[in-house]
Amino acid sequence: MERNLMISVHRPPHGSIYVQEAIEVMFIFASYDINLSVVFMDDGVMALKSGQDGSEAGMKGFMASLGALVDFEVENVFVDEESLKERNISVDDLVSIGDDFDTDVPVYPKVVSSAEIREMMDKQQGILPF
Amino acid sequence: MLHTVNKSPFQSSNLKNCSRYVKSGDALLLLEDGVYAAMQGTEQSGLIESLLSNGVSVYAISADLTMRAVSQPIEGVTAVDYAGFVDLVEEHPLHSWL
Repeated sequence: MERNLMISVHRPPHGSIYVQEAIEVMFIFASYDINLSVVFMDDGVMALKSGQDGSEAGMKGFMASLGALVDFEVENVFVDEESLKERNISVDDLVSIGDDFDTDVPVYPKVVSSAEIREMMDKQQGILPF
Repeated sequence: MLHTVNKSPFQSSNLKNCSRYVKSGDALLLLEDGVYAAMQGTEQSGLIESLLSNGVSVYAISADLTMRAVSQPIEGVTAVDYAGFVDLVEEHPLHSWL
């Protein structure tokens, strides 16, 4: 039986450890035979904003990890369109999650509607919220 | 009075609640996730815009802005470093909204 697992990211990325932990868990589940989906929604979409630079705050950040998701075959990465709109973040302002294996073209999170996310949620055996 | 807000305005009503108690001449400092309130053109931008137009001085920690890629905060918001934070605390009585 195909097993579907979703990681949903709701919190803003730097004020707590939650988003960092969510990314760790993405890499852990990438090594299992599981159909993993990752959805960034609410303040979680802030994690995908390009140009985040922790050097002034003395923090390493996780931008490099996000850019390695495709290398670990975490490719089903989605972002809620409504949450982006509320925060005035355009699609052009999202970070890449890696490069396509064959074409080397950068891969970006797929922008989806809340209705599509609801449909996806219905198909999961488990959802881990962060 | 100096008010500090460290939560995102999308996740917490702290900034909205705080703004009811802030008067002209007061200072408001945004830090940590609070700096998301200083982003331009969002559904929450109106909170900071109305405080600025009511004569409140609005500051945001520079390291928190750069970390979160808020590269062009709402016009009128002043970026300060940690030394500037200390100066503000020295100059005003403090109320932290946590």
